[in-house]
Amino acid sequence: MIAPMTGGWDRFLETGRVPLGEWVESIEKFVTTNLSGFFDVIRAIFKGMYDAVDTVFAGPPFWIIILVLVLAGLWVRGWKFALGMLAGLLLVVGVSQWENAMHTLALVIVASVIALIIAVPLGILTARSDTASAIVRPILDFLQTMPAFVYLIPALVLFRVGVVPGIVATIIFALAPGVRFTELGIRGVDREVVEAGQAFGASPGRILRQIQLPLAMPTIMAGVNQVIMLSLSMVVIAGMVGAEGLGTDVVAGLTQLNTGLGVEAGIGVVILAVYLDRMTAALAKPRQRRFPRKRAAAAQETPAPVAA
Amino acid sequence: MSHNFAVEASGLYKIFGKKPREALNKLRAGASREEIAGLGTAAVIDASFDVKPGEIFVVMGLSGSGKSTLIRMLNGLWEPTAGSVRVMGKEIAGIPASKLREIRRESISMVFQHFALLPHRTVLDNAAYALEIQGVPAAERRARAMDILARVGLEGWEQKMPGQLSGGMQQRVGLARALASDTDVLLMDEAFSALDPLIRREMQEQLVDLQRDLGKTIIFITHDLNEAMFLGDRIAVMRDGRIVQVGTPDEILTDPANDYVAQFVHDVDRARVLTAEGVMEAPHAVVQLSAGPRAALRVMRDRQTSTVFVLGPGRTLLGVVRDREVLDLVRAGARDLSPALRETAATVTRDSLLVDLFEPAAESPMPVAVVDDQNRLVGTVPRVTLLAALANVQPVITAENAIIAPATVPVDVITATLRATGDAPESATTSTGGHA
Ligand SMILES: Nc1ncnc2c1ncn2[C@@H]1O[C@H](COP(=O)(O)OP(=O)(O)O)[C@@H](O)[C@H]1O
Ligand SMILES: [Mg+2]
Repeated sequence: MIAPMTGGWDRFLETGRVPLGEWVESIEKFVTTNLSGFFDVIRAIFKGMYDAVDTVFAGPPFWIIILVLVLAGLWVRGWKFALGMLAGLLLVVGVSQWENAMHTLALVIVASVIALIIAVPLGILTARSDTASAIVRPILDFLQTMPAFVYLIPALVLFRVGVVPGIVATIIFALAPGVRFTELGIRGVDREVVEAGQAFGASPGRILRQIQLPLAMPTIMAGVNQVIMLSLSMVVIAGMVGAEGLGTDVVAGLTQLNTGLGVEAGIGVVILAVYLDRMTAALAKPRQRRFPRKRAAAAQETPAPVAA
Repeated sequence: MSHNFAVEASGLYKIFGKKPREALNKLRAGASREEIAGLGTAAVIDASFDVKPGEIFVVMGLSGSGKSTLIRMLNGLWEPTAGSVRVMGKEIAGIPASKLREIRRESISMVFQHFALLPHRTVLDNAAYALEIQGVPAAERRARAMDILARVGLEGWEQKMPGQLSGGMQQRVGLARALASDTDVLLMDEAFSALDPLIRREMQEQLVDLQRDLGKTIIFITHDLNEAMFLGDRIAVMRDGRIVQVGTPDEILTDPANDYVAQFVHDVDRARVLTAEGVMEAPHAVVQLSAGPRAALRVMRDRQTSTVFVLGPGRTLLGVVRDREVLDLVRAGARDLSPALRETAATVTRDSLLVDLFEPAAESPMPVAVVDDQNRLVGTVPRVTLLAALANVQPVITAENAIIAPATVPVDVITATLRATGDAPESATTSTGGHA
């Protein structure tokens, strides 16, 4: 690992060009040769998760899934939303994008869940330690501003073509808001309430569970919403590396200059986006369901994230 | 372990900022708070005091004087930069976190300015929160929390969420939570400052009642002098991080340690701070019922007053008699004073505030009678004393100016009557004599 880097250094002295790319490549080479076993395990786990979720959504007849989704929409947001979603989902079926949509949904769910499993504990850590926060923040900035395509390259190398590099690139891209919102939420909890926990002798773990997380939950849920929306915005890119789903047809539409196909697949993305956004936004305001009339006026939608 | 004080603080310092040690050394060497401002904020400087068990100890000072920082060192929410804190005899400065949590669970709880309730839990669960942390079984903590909630007047509100309650009620929940934990010491940081004045008064009175019933040691922070005077058994006045005086409300009020304290207490509404007990005189114009009409008449003549208080066994206050009726009894040769007995116009208790004495004092020319809880006469407040106390001048009570209800029957007439009806020689008069 060191030798090729020093090699790069020699060339830098000759040409004056910083051999950053070569360093990255040599790290990549080192990782693929020495840690391939590790990445095979990760690949197997992610693939297994994806297949399981995908079977749930793409396995049964479309009308069962539509029924479940619409009923969930009815319960969480009311009949108008449910009716709109029914029309939208039927449209997806009508343009023959149903299976693709379900593959995409499975990918988004798996990637979001894994992203959150990483992001929430990291957010808790950064909320508690200023040092951790100072270290993590620039890394998140880096991850979020790096063009999403770039993640595909090492992901492809490490996990080979298929759905897994798509999932991995999606996780990395969607991670940041999960961490940020968790930290923001916990740091934003009323200091006096946390002090109350301390003053009565509660342990830090108990304060986290009983005070900080519950009170930060609306903010954390807003982070969950962002993670999901960013995941969805990655589907086209995931389609490029061979993850089956709506992205595949968008890419096909692009390469064949087939606008019709692109739009049909695109509609599917839009319908999924609206559904997931409205559902998670509602969950971010848990009281809204308990007092639907009183709160409805004050309810605001979480702003939709930037499109991919 | 035996200990004489519930809380002992000695030499406490808290300096916020980058270089607390350096600032500490300079402060100890005599530097002022301003001189070390570059090194950090000296929030508390060399604070020492002891709080007795069962006492309400008030820390009073303007905003920013370091009260919150001080109280947070007493339960270890802030680690002192220097100094020691003992709670029920146990040192808490510098002990491990787990030990500190144990002391907080067992010995010292807290009520917060903005209530600091858990908004996602019911009133009952909030009140039981400290017990939950202590590991008390669910059924028992429920029962104890219900009990305390009833005590603070929140019966029937147990299943509500805190957001559905008014500020005063929320703070009752905060108080219930602290009381339910059953610690010896209660810290209250501006606990009533966020409430509006009427509710505030009510809460203060309730706190005094609860303290009397439960015997907790309370350390109460306030920036409001009237609140401090009303609640405090003793008051520590803070200024710019230092404690400038510790004393009883009367001491603070009548003998301020320096101009700062004097200025502070200048605006206090004395009528709402001073109590009847604090200003009352020893009762002079009194007679035992069993002593009879002649004795009553003699006291009236000697004191040159038209009315005297009549006492029963054990100094219980029975009422008053007036000179004309007593004179009639004496002339009729009666031996019993009872026929002339009238109801006392106004009695107040020892802890009545002066503001509550105005009305009785206005209604009757008699001094206002101060009685204890068994209706024993412990003192009187003549009008002149009341006015002197409010004006903050030392009343000069002499026999002459103490006469509030001047005699309506001339002294000669009384003396003549006593002579004419008397079989025994007149007994020696007690004070300023009547002239024969
Ligand atoms: N966490 C903190 N960090 C820095 N300075 C603080 C902190 N807490 C309080 N202070 C400062 O300490 C001083 C005393 O504050 P505080 O104890 O809150 O006063 P009070 O409760 O009497 O209003 C103030 O000057 C305040 O700015
Ligand atoms: Mg304060």
